[in-house]
Parts: sequence; C-alpha cells; structure tokens
Amino acid sequence: MSSGSHSLTLTAEEQAMLDGADGPAVAMCMRIIVGVARANGAEKLIEIESVHADGTLYHGEAGLDFTEKLVALGGKVKVKTTTNVGSLDLLHPNLVHGDETLMSHGRRLMDAHIALGCEPTWSCAPYQAGHRPEFGSHVAWAESNAIAFVNSVLGARSDRYGDFLDLSAAVTGRVPFGGLHHDEARKAVLVLDFSEIDSRVFSEDAAWAALGVLLGNRAGTRVAAMVGLPGDLADGGVTEDRLKGMGATSASAGGVGLFHVVGITPEAPTLEAIVTPNAEYLKMTAADVREARDTLSTTSSDKLDAVSLGTPHFSVDEFRALSEVIGDGPKFAEHIDFYISTSRDVMARSKKLGYLDVFLNAGGRVVTDTCTYVTPVLNRNVRNVMTNSGKWAWYAPGNLGIDTVLGSLSECVESARAGKVVRDESLWA
Amino acid sequence: MGLNMTTVLSGKVSHPGTAEGEVLLLTEPVSFWGGVDHHGEIIDVHHAQHKAKMTNKILVMPSGRGSSSATAVLAELIRTGDGPLAIVMLQCDTILVIGALVSAEIYDISMPIVELDQEQYAQLTDGMNVKVDAISDHDVATITF
Repeated sequence: MSSGSHSLTLTAEEQAMLDGADGPAVAMCMRIIVGVARANGAEKLIEIESVHADGTLYHGEAGLDFTEKLVALGGKVKVKTTTNVGSLDLLHPNLVHGDETLMSHGRRLMDAHIALGCEPTWSCAPYQAGHRPEFGSHVAWAESNAIAFVNSVLGARSDRYGDFLDLSAAVTGRVPFGGLHHDEARKAVLVLDFSEIDSRVFSEDAAWAALGVLLGNRAGTRVAAMVGLPGDLADGGVTEDRLKGMGATSASAGGVGLFHVVGITPEAPTLEAIVTPNAEYLKMTAADVREARDTLSTTSSDKLDAVSLGTPHFSVDEFRALSEVIGDGPKFAEHIDFYISTSRDVMARSKKLGYLDVFLNAGGRVVTDTCTYVTPVLNRNVRNVMTNSGKWAWYAPGNLGIDTVLGSLSECVESARAGKVVRDESLWA
Repeated sequence: MGLNMTTVLSGKVSHPGTAEGEVLLLTEPVSFWGGVDHHGEIIDVHHAQHKAKMTNKILVMPSGRGSSSATAVLAELIRTGDGPLAIVMLQCDTILVIGALVSAEIYDISMPIVELDQEQYAQLTDGMNVKVDAISDHDVATITF
C-alpha cells in the first residue's frame, strides 16, 4: 500500500540528532518532528530561521509537563524564538485575578520558556515588537493571527503550527517540509472581489474586522486572494494594522493561514501572480460586509461598561492614532474601564514617544504580556464591552460571557467619554 | 467452528500503539479544544453526538477540526485516562498526532492513531468491538473485529 512511512529522508546531521548526539532534549523534539513528518508523508525536513512559540498560555498540566521536561533534559532553543502571550501580566501583577493554580502554573510555564532561551516577548504581535522574518524565509510560527500575518503580510513561510510542535521546532531548528512551506500551497484557490463596494466603507477600521469574518467564512482553511481593497503597506502602518486585524479575525472565524490582497501584500503584485487556474470566484457586496460586521456585535443596547482594544496587541502606530483621537479632549467616563492589550516593547516605545501618557491621562489602563480575552482581567460586573477588534469580538462572548459592540477606534473613544455606545451609522446605511 | 467471522481492515499508522474496545463513531469531526470537556464528553452543542463520552472508546471520526490547542487538550485527556483508547480517521490530523506523540514522550502512554481509506472506514459501526494493532516501525495498521 502507499504510505508516507518510508518516504522521509533525514540528513546525516538530523539522523544524529534523532539518535541523541545533541542530547536527550534534541532527541525528544526530533522524535516529535519526525513523527509528524511521517504521519503527513513529508519527504524531508527543512531548516527554519525563527519560531514564535504559543505554548505560553496555561491550558493544563500536559503543556507544563512537556515544557519543564525539556528544561530538565537541558533543552535550549536553536533559533530566535519569541513568546506569545502568557496567562499573567508580569509587569502589572494585580490586573489578572485568576485562581491560584492558573497563577502559579501560568508563571511556571512562562519561566520554563525563558529557561529554554526564548525571548520574553509575551506578545501575539511579535512582528510589531522586533521580530520580522525576511520575505521568502522559512519559519515555524504558532498562534493563528501571527501565522496569518507572517505568511500574508511579510511573505515569510510558515505552516499552521501549534503547541508542542513550536518548541520542538525551536529546539531542533527543523520542521517537516509541508503545507505552506511549498510554493504551490501558497496559490489562491478562491478569489473574493470587493471592487464594486464604495471604498469609503474601508476607511473604517471596523470594516476590516468585518472583512476578516467574510474571509474566514468563505475561505475556511483555503488560500484566498482579495481584489478591490485599498491600501499600501508603506503608508505608515495604517494598512499593516488593518491587515493585522483582518487576518486575526479570519483565522478565528475560519482557519486562514495565508491570504493575499492583490496590489498590497508582497506575493500578490497582480492576481495572475498568485491565482490557480480553476479558482472559485465570488463577487462581494456591501450587504455581505454589513452582515459580517453585524455578527461581531451581540447587543444593540447602548449601555457600556468597558472598552477593550489591542487584540492582536496594539502597535506603536495604533497608539499614535489613538493619541491623536484623544487629543486634549475630555477624560473617559468614570464608570468605563478602558483597556489596551499590548507588548512590553510597544508600551515602552509608545511611552518614549509620548502617546502612552495621552491614553493613561485620559483614564485608560494598559495590559501587557497577556490579553483581556484569555485571562481574567475585566471586572466581574462588566456586561457590555466595546472593541474595534474583530478577534476580540469573536471570542470574548464565549470566553468571558459578556456582550460585545464592534466600533471604530474613534467611536470607541467617543463612547468611553459619553459612558454609552456611540456609533456613526451613516457609512453603513 | 466452520466459519471464520473475523474481518481485518488495514490502514496507515499515524501514531503507533495497540488498543481493544468499543467503537464510538462520530458522524462529523469534533474539536478537542472547546468541543470536548476534561472528562472526555462531547460538549459542542452543535455536534451530532453531543454528550457522547469517548473515555476508553475507540474513537472513529472522519477528520480533526478546530484550534491547534487541541494538542494540549488531547495530551491532557490521555494523561488523566479520560481520553479515547485509539483514534481512527479517514484523514489524518496533524494536531491530534502531536498530542499522541507528546503523551508517548512525557507519560509513556502510546495511543494509536490509524488512517483508513473510505472503503475500509465504512465497515466500522458504532458500538462494535475492535482490536487496533498499529505496531511501531511497521507500515500497516490492522483493525480486527
């Protein structure tokens, strides 16, 4: 019978790693990499340049046992490895109010990653915190938004990795040659055409969250090319942050690991460059975008308790835009908790540039190292939360049992000041 | 006995191990993250086999589904003994293979995962007793009933 079991060929160096030449941690990680390669029928392994590790959030003892076993066996990462968010905010320890096991095991899991030589990035947006792989380079990134971004916006190549395989790749510097590492797997099999929609809609950040829902729903795990969208990756971060939000939402609503925006993302200068001959073609309408946007609000009440931005983590450019919107206007209403999740790197740079203090002086609070939808940060009496993040709006109702309202950045600020939801519906009419 | 009633299906070893038990046949894939609780019960309310329990069963389903954090959930189920004894699929799911590989490494429990083609897969029915042999370093996995 046909089987991938005998088709995998290892180099002499890889065979030696498997046999224990580089110690027991490397051998264990190599057994996992080889086991996956065999199951998938990969013909060889490839070297990777970096890893983004996502096993940093505590899900149970198995993840902790695995990571601490690697430490005990003397494991060290072989390539640059950044860390995703953890269960704790190490810089603001009083913000997270989880139970004792979550706090102590969550801390041990983060410590074990540091002991392996990972960088303490603690961010789901490492690509905006100093980790930007080169176009065409092979990497092993975990966490769905980071995978979508590194593939689509940077044009580096990562398959969709997750817990355990990320650290195994970091310790061995290898992954199975498969999935999105291949040229042919990166071509679009679906085309979403937005060219008939009034482009003023896309000046709203909330529209890009809606595009993420549409992309995820229509594409699933398939590679799609989007045509007719405005933007330029050299515009000072506006387009980059829109694609960040869209990609994150699409990876939540579907399983998108790579998308192309024709004329904007690096592998898609033209549609012809990236599309497969028999690709499915779908014409998108304004009604499709509006309908997708409406799925991200679970209440029509104007009652508001909190605002949460920064899923994925806020960038320096977003802090600048926010500080411009806030300006020297009034503070946020007394009863509104206004949170921004970001990396410690972005927080430090935004502070230096003066953007952070504008937000803090208006009454806002910053969460680092973790995120408000994966760990208990919000006050328990919070019911209605506004956000401009499609990913946050997608997961928070299930994770936290709260209601969400999707709005643009300026609507979030206006609402926080007014103490109730304020949205401008004119663009969507 | 004149009649030999034994049927042997053969497939691909996605993860080695041996197991014997009752089939729990899922008519659609389940996501371990968010779809299965830590007692091995299917809690996805949209799932056709909602409330079915996979503990100590031979879990038969077409493919995997959902988040990559399913690896950690499966490893945790294997660790506590609340997981299935084996998984049989039409289409191998990398995420679940990783969960099995890690459990073998850190808990020394080797839960077999077997991939069958459509014709062989169709012969499995819910509630039947089967024996799964997916020997390490061997090309062919067998399922006997």
